[in-house]
Amino acid sequence: MGEVISVAMLIAVLGFAVIRPRGLPEAVAAVPAALIVLLTGALSWAQAWAEIQHLFPVVAFLAAVLVISELCDADGLFRYAGALMAAKSRGEAHRLLVFVFVLASAVTAVLSLDATVVLLTPVVFATASRMGVRPKPHAYACTHLANAGSLLLPVSNLTNLLAMSAAGLTFVSFAGLMALPWLAVIAVEYVAFRLFFASELSIPATNPEPPEVPPLPRFSAGVLALTLAGFVVASFFHIEAAWVALAGALVMLTRALMLKQVSPKDVPGFINLGFLGFVLSLGVVVTAVVEGGLGAAIGAIVPQGQSLVALLLWAGLAAVLANVVNNLPAVLVLLPFAAQAGTGAVLAVLIGVNVGPNLTYVGSLATLLWRRIVQAHDHETPIQEFTLLGLLATPLAIVVGVLALWGSLLVMGGAA
Amino acid sequence: MRVAVWVTEGTWPACVDAANDLIGSQRAEITLLHVREGGRAAPEPGFGSLMGRGRVRRASEELQQLSQDAAEQLLDQAAERLGRVATVRLETGFPERVVTALADEVDYLVVGRDGDRSRLGPQSLGKHTRFVIDHAPCRVLLIWPGSTPAIGSIPPPPPDR
Repeated sequence: MGEVISVAMLIAVLGFAVIRPRGLPEAVAAVPAALIVLLTGALSWAQAWAEIQHLFPVVAFLAAVLVISELCDADGLFRYAGALMAAKSRGEAHRLLVFVFVLASAVTAVLSLDATVVLLTPVVFATASRMGVRPKPHAYACTHLANAGSLLLPVSNLTNLLAMSAAGLTFVSFAGLMALPWLAVIAVEYVAFRLFFASELSIPATNPEPPEVPPLPRFSAGVLALTLAGFVVASFFHIEAAWVALAGALVMLTRALMLKQVSPKDVPGFINLGFLGFVLSLGVVVTAVVEGGLGAAIGAIVPQGQSLVALLLWAGLAAVLANVVNNLPAVLVLLPFAAQAGTGAVLAVLIGVNVGPNLTYVGSLATLLWRRIVQAHDHETPIQEFTLLGLLATPLAIVVGVLALWGSLLVMGGAA
Repeated sequence: MRVAVWVTEGTWPACVDAANDLIGSQRAEITLLHVREGGRAAPEPGFGSLMGRGRVRRASEELQQLSQDAAEQLLDQAAERLGRVATVRLETGFPERVVTALADEVDYLVVGRDGDRSRLGPQSLGKHTRFVIDHAPCRVLLIWPGSTPAIGSIPPPPPDR
């Protein structure tokens, strides 16, 4: 009975997150769903509390990184990068694509995929259209790399943060094992983009004059570099990296408020409490589902061991699940099982859930189906173009990424 | 005569100049058309992985606004370069369909080659442009923006012919 309730609540939470009736935040459904799971006894309060204690630092870490990225934007760091790209591209669209790939991969790695989608994509779009090149490949590269480029660091993606502690990895060991897969996946995406958008990228800019590049916002660039160095140092002293992020965010926030770059009323928006509530509640509901009978069923179908084939299966399973129910629930469900199998399995799951959402252009089958229903009355031909790019590039990127991971594990001995 | 110019990034200056040459001193009704890819023609990929973040809508709105501004600016520049009285149309949808529909209302459609322009051949047309040329129910003036590749850029015929 408890299991039925938990699964029903999970479906309700995910359905609400996809449909977003009246644009209400996802937490509106997730928090009551978590309470129902607890009140009906599908999960004990102690188990729920353990899950929340486990998730809270992770989400707080992401929240601090998001504050840093917003304040970097307010300080003009993204505008600076946009102008620099335009100046270095010399009016050639394919050169601009190289810079977009480098920048989007770096921003995603350091400031998380949220920053790339929310803050970098508009800057890239504006840069491309100011140069007079077709913006589509560049804007689309940003959103693709927000997923595919989020393998390098624990902060790059919320899924990584969730996995880092489950796999018993430190900041540095995570980055060490994932550097090669990160590069491999980006390389596959780059080749796919060059082939797929060959026509758009061959058109020279109508406005090739390089724009005036504003001075580098030294403060935000400096704090960002120090924060990143802090993650590495903290990792050696076994200090939670979240504290470093929090310190960086506080330093930047103090200055931004003093310079009136942001007003105090913007701050709650940066922290995004609704999102915090959503993730914690989702974690509780998913734990209830996994602790119930469904957990045993999942345990029976997941791959065993950490051979190359097993890693590929882990990544494939994760990618499929991410496309069916979205990346966050997928990683929450698979992590406990992958952690038992070992570090390699956890990292393979991450390759699946991070790169996998590029398969369908909206990120999950549920979203796709919903859009179909909404647009059922619309007789235009369905789009093939973007789905085709995803279908071509994503499976290959995942396979190449897992091969690179397998290589890293052999060299660095993490497979033990 | 009625002349439509398809204004797209990269190729519009050559198309506007060609339209001017075509019209010369004749009387003409000119339409400058730019089509933004919107809705399902230009989905917002990647947003699906940002589950639970309310900020996604902000990015989406910002992109919409940027794309609208960029399109308006493109058409302003084209109208200025044309230097004649013209109807300016900004539409959102599937570009190849919208342009082909406009072609039904005019005598001439001016289109630029927007593919690989290093050699003569079918790759010099982007997919939307190819659709428009294949389907346009009017005369089409097809432009090589910039310099036209040499005739020698066509590969030799296969040896068995």
